[in-house]
Amino acid sequence: MLKTFRIGGIHPNEHKLTAHCPVTPVAVPRQVAIMLNQHIGAPANCIVKKGDTVKVGTLIAEAGGFVSANIHSPVSGTVSKVDKAANAFGQYGTTIIIDTEGDEWEESIDRSPELKEEITLTSQEIIKKIAEAGIVGLGGATFPTHVKLMPPKEFKPTVLIVNATECEPYLTDDHALMLESPDQILVGCRILMKAINVEQAYIGIENNKPDAIALLQQHATRYPGITIVPLRTRYPQGGEKQLIDAILHKQVANGALPVSTGAIVQNVGTAFAVYEAVQKNKPLVDRVVTVTGDHIAKPGNYRIRLGMSMHELIDMAGGLPDDCAKVILGGPMMGKAVSNIDSPISKGCSGIVILDEKHAHRGTIEPCIRCGKCVSACPMGLEPFLLAKLSQNHLFDRAERELITSCLECGCCSYSCPSNRPILDYIRVGKNAVNRIIRSRKQS
Amino acid sequence: MELTVSPAPHIHGRLSASQCMYSVIIALLPAFAVSLYFFGVGALIVTLTSILSCVVVEYLIQKFLLKVKPTIGDGSAILTGLLLGFNLPSNLPVWIVIIGSIAAIGITKMAFGGLGNNLFNPALVGRVFLLISFPTYMTQWPVPSASRWSYTDAETGATLLSKLKEEGSQWVSQVNISDLWIGNQGGSLGEVGAIALLIGFAFLLYRRIISWHIPVSILATVFVFSFALGLGEELSAQASGAWQHAFDFALIQLLSGGLLLGAIYMATDYVTSPMTSRGMIIYGIGIGILTVVIRQWGGYPEGVSFAILIMNAFTPLINNYVKPKRFGRA
Ligand code: SF4
Ligand code: SF4
Repeated sequence: MLKTFRIGGIHPNEHKLTAHCPVTPVAVPRQVAIMLNQHIGAPANCIVKKGDTVKVGTLIAEAGGFVSANIHSPVSGTVSKVDKAANAFGQYGTTIIIDTEGDEWEESIDRSPELKEEITLTSQEIIKKIAEAGIVGLGGATFPTHVKLMPPKEFKPTVLIVNATECEPYLTDDHALMLESPDQILVGCRILMKAINVEQAYIGIENNKPDAIALLQQHATRYPGITIVPLRTRYPQGGEKQLIDAILHKQVANGALPVSTGAIVQNVGTAFAVYEAVQKNKPLVDRVVTVTGDHIAKPGNYRIRLGMSMHELIDMAGGLPDDCAKVILGGPMMGKAVSNIDSPISKGCSGIVILDEKHAHRGTIEPCIRCGKCVSACPMGLEPFLLAKLSQNHLFDRAERELITSCLECGCCSYSCPSNRPILDYIRVGKNAVNRIIRSRKQS
Repeated sequence: MELTVSPAPHIHGRLSASQCMYSVIIALLPAFAVSLYFFGVGALIVTLTSILSCVVVEYLIQKFLLKVKPTIGDGSAILTGLLLGFNLPSNLPVWIVIIGSIAAIGITKMAFGGLGNNLFNPALVGRVFLLISFPTYMTQWPVPSASRWSYTDAETGATLLSKLKEEGSQWVSQVNISDLWIGNQGGSLGEVGAIALLIGFAFLLYRRIISWHIPVSILATVFVFSFALGLGEELSAQASGAWQHAFDFALIQLLSGGLLLGAIYMATDYVTSPMTSRGMIIYGIGIGILTVVIRQWGGYPEGVSFAILIMNAFTPLINNYVKPKRFGRA
């Protein structure tokens, strides 16, 4: 029996159309737009102005606090504007626009393809380097990586877990990266182990990627302490708590930090970026993005410079199909629907999924038939139908007692409901209200 | 271009509510074939009348009384009709079947607010209502295969459970258990064919329409409880082969009467059964115990319907107190 998490979960149709598409580099865009708030935490502070010339890798915005991240120029050229611009969801934020000229890189960056295995830096130096490179969680969470590597004093990490599950349907960027750069990922993993001072690491991969499992297993023999763990394909296995449960058989207590189990979880794409930053001095300026959908002409896994326009990338993949009705940033379970595709691609964008008219809309809402399918699907062991009803009726005290705040917003409940009830929509509203109440209680 | 914007998740599972209902209907088809074989034209008339009148009653109430858009297409009224028919003897006159449908849909389902809001299983209320109102009609059982072409004038006899009740467990040795597996026994028209009912169960599990918890906990409870009773009786009578006897007794309890039909298709009704797997097991054990108690010591030879209805009443309580296994709270 393959390992997996112990409560709830679903197995949606995988739709991994691009599973066998190798990582394809995309030409440097003529212009990029860099948003200062593309990570969790404080926005970065812009340190360039109109007319400045920059190279690939030049620092253009500095972390605006402890939980924040540096941002570097992904192209060489001239800053043409620093102004407010709309992101993919129509929200405005400060954005640096750079017009590209040539492709000149900072001299300090090692662009040779040779694998550099030997790790010379100390734990502290590694974390500093990761912070300087502006690396954030590349699975979509965009939490600054260096912060996660420095857990509160009372917790001592004992193991590193690398999330290579890619449990969202459609997405294959991690899969393609694993097939392209297994050694770089494994060295990145060793670096992360050294950073948090642990001797053991597990890389969790779902068994719908047998080629990636085999390849990494074969390469991992050369790297002490790293074990590849094949997992039974099941969503949301990539959720931090679910992954820790699947691999270590330990459940993070309600309200506790994941690191209380001794595990620090990092995404596989992040491990690759860490390799590049620490061994090659390369800040985070590019990433792999899956562009996919049932009617896309050239779906694939593209390596793009950050700040490229989403529209431009979709055109590279054959353009928006005529029947396109919805564009999702990230996977179809937890990704967000985009209103503005002329916005730039940011660090957390793992994929762009394009749905047609038929799949873009929800079914008609019918009465709850009390089938309990939402309950058995919930990976947190909650009663989604009840939480939805309590939120709808503003019974927030009871919702809090029924643990609404531990909802992951994974969407398993809404996905499973045969009556098409928008369960999670209601729960989100209730959860926000309860969190507000808890905060105000703490203040008083 | 106008893009649709809505919150995640952006995809939905393959099951719809009406697909769930129709799947249960499909799962019941093998059992229907068995009843047509053994009870002939009567089974056909009673089942069709029941389905048709349930659908019509629901339509009329929604259209003229509640003035809402009728939802008979969702399959739930058809399923209720089918299950009600399955719980009736195949020689029941049409007018009684129609009264049963009115009790099932009109009183039990619609008066409580329609699909999703009823406390009790509609088909079972229909059956029990008829059992109390028309006891003679409801306790005459056509003899299987004896009169396939007759309807209300079919030759009748006793069911196995009532014989067992009259004659005591010594009678067990006279039962041909393979008849029970294929359905060659007297009883409500849809409850007789054990194998056919189990095939439907496998289909429902495979399609994930229901989970194993309720049926298995009911059947296991009835088996274990009956086995213990049988064994106690045999041992006190100092009979030889007590274990074998007790086993046969327990197996007969499983395969006769409405137990399989009730455990697989009636007790698992979404609306009236608990939502969590732990709740389902408690509910199933409750039904199992009540069934044996009624069969053994109650006024009726058969107790499944009553047992399920009693546990239906406890479902809200179970839902309130039995919570799912929470993540991170071992
Ligand atoms: S979204 Fe929340 S309530 Fe719904 S299944 Fe996921 S964790 Fe459970
Ligand atoms: S899945 Fe939908 S219909 Fe079933 S209990 Fe949950 S909310 Fe009700």
